[in-house]
Amino acid sequence: MADTSPHDGPGASGAQGLPPGESMHDSSGQPATAYSDGTEITARSQWQMFRRKFFRHKLAMGSLIFLAVVVVAAINAETVAPHAYDDINVQMASSPPTFEDMHFFGTDQLGRDYFSRVLFGTRTSLSVASIVAVLATVIGTTVGAIAGFYRGWLDAILMRLTDLMIILPALVILLVAAALLGQGQPTRIGIILGLVLWPTLARIVRGVFLSLREKEFVQAARASGAGDLRIMFRHMIPNTIGPIVVNMTLVLASAIIIEATLAFLGLGVNPPTPALGRLIDEGRSAMRTSWWLIVMPGMALVAIALAINFIGDGLRDALDPTQRER
Amino acid sequence: MLNYALRRFLISIPIILIATFIIFWMISLTGDPLQDMRQLPNITTEQIQRVRDMRGLDDPFYVQYVVWLQQIPTAGFGEYLISPRPIGPDLQRVLIHTLQLVIAAEVIAFIIAVVLGTLSATRQYSIFDYTTTTLSFIGYAMPAFWFALILQVIVIQIFELTGVRILPLANLSSANPGTGLAFVWDRILHLVLPVMSLAIFSIASYSRYMRASMLEVVGSDYVRTARAKGLREGTITRRHAMRNALIPTVTVAALSFGTLLSGSIVVETVFGLDGMGRYLFVMIQSRDPYPIMAVLVITAVVIIMFNLIADLVYGYLDPRIRHG
Repeated sequence: MADTSPHDGPGASGAQGLPPGESMHDSSGQPATAYSDGTEITARSQWQMFRRKFFRHKLAMGSLIFLAVVVVAAINAETVAPHAYDDINVQMASSPPTFEDMHFFGTDQLGRDYFSRVLFGTRTSLSVASIVAVLATVIGTTVGAIAGFYRGWLDAILMRLTDLMIILPALVILLVAAALLGQGQPTRIGIILGLVLWPTLARIVRGVFLSLREKEFVQAARASGAGDLRIMFRHMIPNTIGPIVVNMTLVLASAIIIEATLAFLGLGVNPPTPALGRLIDEGRSAMRTSWWLIVMPGMALVAIALAINFIGDGLRDALDPTQRER
Repeated sequence: MLNYALRRFLISIPIILIATFIIFWMISLTGDPLQDMRQLPNITTEQIQRVRDMRGLDDPFYVQYVVWLQQIPTAGFGEYLISPRPIGPDLQRVLIHTLQLVIAAEVIAFIIAVVLGTLSATRQYSIFDYTTTTLSFIGYAMPAFWFALILQVIVIQIFELTGVRILPLANLSSANPGTGLAFVWDRILHLVLPVMSLAIFSIASYSRYMRASMLEVVGSDYVRTARAKGLREGTITRRHAMRNALIPTVTVAALSFGTLLSGSIVVETVFGLDGMGRYLFVMIQSRDPYPIMAVLVITAVVIIMFNLIADLVYGYLDPRIRHG
């Protein structure tokens, strides 16, 4: 809520279906001026401006490509992985990372290939994290929008809930919930995480909505007979897309880390499904001899979380109208 | 001021009540808390029933909750579900251990972050700035438990290579810690790795805030005035810019105290420390609701206290703020 100053503009009404963000007053998506020599200056649409800015953000683009490769590889883990994740090969037991037989991340005491296990674990982590991100975004946006639009008792409840989250750290709640209700199922873990991680976004959306509802374009929409739902979905939410998308990346990254933490504590997804946190935990028993069993899955985890954070950073810059192209 | 503190505290009481009620309800959803006890060979059905009657386990969960609430003024946090030992002494012991860990991490993280943030703001776009920025991004993306394990791996590898044990890998004290200063020194050595693992995320996060607010302050008029009247750069940074830039950082640090307490669960598990986080973790697995609720209440009270301290520091750093 701090880094956005929502404006109304032609592109922001949502009527043209332009997705992200804040609008510039002078861009209507129409050809602007035609000079006599035939050159034509075309104003860039919102979406085009966003794309230009984002594509120029090298770190974010690199991260996006990296993440895309990881996601595709994880989805097709059966074909991409050089070995099955539970393939035991005693002859290659406890091998450090090597190109021989494609054990890029080494093997454990049973000779299971850690690169393949990490790949399958990444799939588990990413699918749990996607559930979390979608759930937290939907709940957070809805609650925040309603609280900011109607204020009143819902707003009061929301603010008390946020207080609760400050007083009781999320991990403590998650620990209890995951241990007692998680039952080791990825979907359940994802839902529990999603139900805990939405208040930040709700607060952000509420803040933006509180300022938007006083704007002239909302009054104009109301004067022309638009109902509450139409005003919220067609006029206000398109102006809030920026913070929502950026927060989604933050939730995604922290969901991956929290899921790994729960799995590490033995409260995540049940074995034999590999999960990154559990792989690291399994590596502890051979810490003295096989350091790669701890280092490699963790590096994968950090690389993914880092890439998502960089993408979020790029999105934030690209969606921020106060930031000029460099 | 006292009035303000008291009001803040009173507001949080209903929140704590709701939180404990929800947790109690969640625990009651998971079924029979005496499940593990039933599997012991020497336990008869009568004995189980006696425990059930004594603890009111056949009542609905909200009745049990009210009973729990009523005993707090007289009996404190009461006894464990299965054994008639009081919870209080255990809780006190683990709380002290956790506070040693968490406060050390908070203080160290704060000092390092303020120095790093100030240096990268005063040297914006330098190599130093880029390095700390990159490192703080990595610090954000790194789970505490993994960093803790990496530290252990490094210490182990150093031992394998040189035969020197530079730091203890687990526990809070040696088998024979000694007394007085020797005990304190032993404890400090044992806390080095846990504090490092716990502080890394906070360093990353606080230093970002410090850098951002420092950049804002450095561009302000009164800093230009200070420079114009010929003060030395170091004096300007320390006496004029830093004091104001500290205000948002202090707030963030205090509000993040809960994050540190969360982190201590993981760090205590990795290093086998006898602290509140590990205690909570063990109690969750034994499904005993009473110690879990006790930990929740204590956590909430500690966090509220730290928020109040932050408010006081805030008022000291910025005299314009008055608590009404």
